[in-house]
Amino acid sequence: MKEKRDYIQDIAEIRSMMEKSSKFASLSGWAGILAGIYAFSGAYAAYSLFDFNPNQLFYTSPNLPAITLLAAGVLVLALVTAIYLSWRKAHKRNETIWNTTSKRLLVHMAIPLFTGGALILLLTAHGLIGLAAPLTLLFYGLALINAGQFTIPEVNFMGCIQIILGLISVWFIEYSLLFWVTGFGAVHIIYGIYMHFRYER
Amino acid sequence: MNISFDDLHKAFESRIRLGIMSVLAVNDSLDFTSLKEFLDVTDGNLATHIKKLEKEGFIGVEKSFIDNKPNTKYSMTSKGKKAFDHHLKALEQIIKSQKES
Repeated sequence: MKEKRDYIQDIAEIRSMMEKSSKFASLSGWAGILAGIYAFSGAYAAYSLFDFNPNQLFYTSPNLPAITLLAAGVLVLALVTAIYLSWRKAHKRNETIWNTTSKRLLVHMAIPLFTGGALILLLTAHGLIGLAAPLTLLFYGLALINAGQFTIPEVNFMGCIQIILGLISVWFIEYSLLFWVTGFGAVHIIYGIYMHFRYER
Repeated sequence: MNISFDDLHKAFESRIRLGIMSVLAVNDSLDFTSLKEFLDVTDGNLATHIKKLEKEGFIGVEKSFIDNKPNTKYSMTSKGKKAFDHHLKALEQIIKSQKES
């Protein structure tokens, strides 16, 4: 007959295997902090260098191509940082970054994000530039909630905050850039610091 | 003690087989490579344990080809799910009764 400790170990093993195979746990807190800093810098540059501050739904700016490039740059930088830091974290835990859990996470994030991205481009073509910032918040929030079930629970919570910020900023469109900085800048930084202290020390 | 150790299924005595069942309990289906990564075992070792579970009728195998390479997907059968749930319940009961005594 087995000892009692053995059975407790069995249960612990079952739980850890279920966790490990259903949730992607290599998201890095630093990725959140850095993404937040990029967002702050990007929004500041758009506001001060390119004089971008949509105050109504129909809005025009002579610097639109430059601002689009800037936004794309911030997005790419944040993505590359997140992928690199996740890869490093996974490597340290002796896991691979491209596995069943990360694939599932990415697919579930990608669907709302691409939908939102396409919608924003279409609306921008019609001059509804004021909606760009609120819609990025909304669709990013939806993506986080959609993917939240495949990673740590805090991601879900962050998704809810982004959606609330997105909805409010549609109403107060003249402050939409400020709400955008709050969501992508401040919330990311707070989330990153929390993650760092909760899971990485 | 009112639960019998017979309630523990012999197929789950091995940690690796228990691991395979745990992973398949939360994933609809997985291929060999993913299973190997999660369990951190060698090919031969995993294949042996899978065969044993397959014989019991606890896991189903679906063979297909992706880009002309064989791809085998494993999933839990309803019989396997029943046995695994039963095993879990028995484990919990044993731990509980041992705590009390």
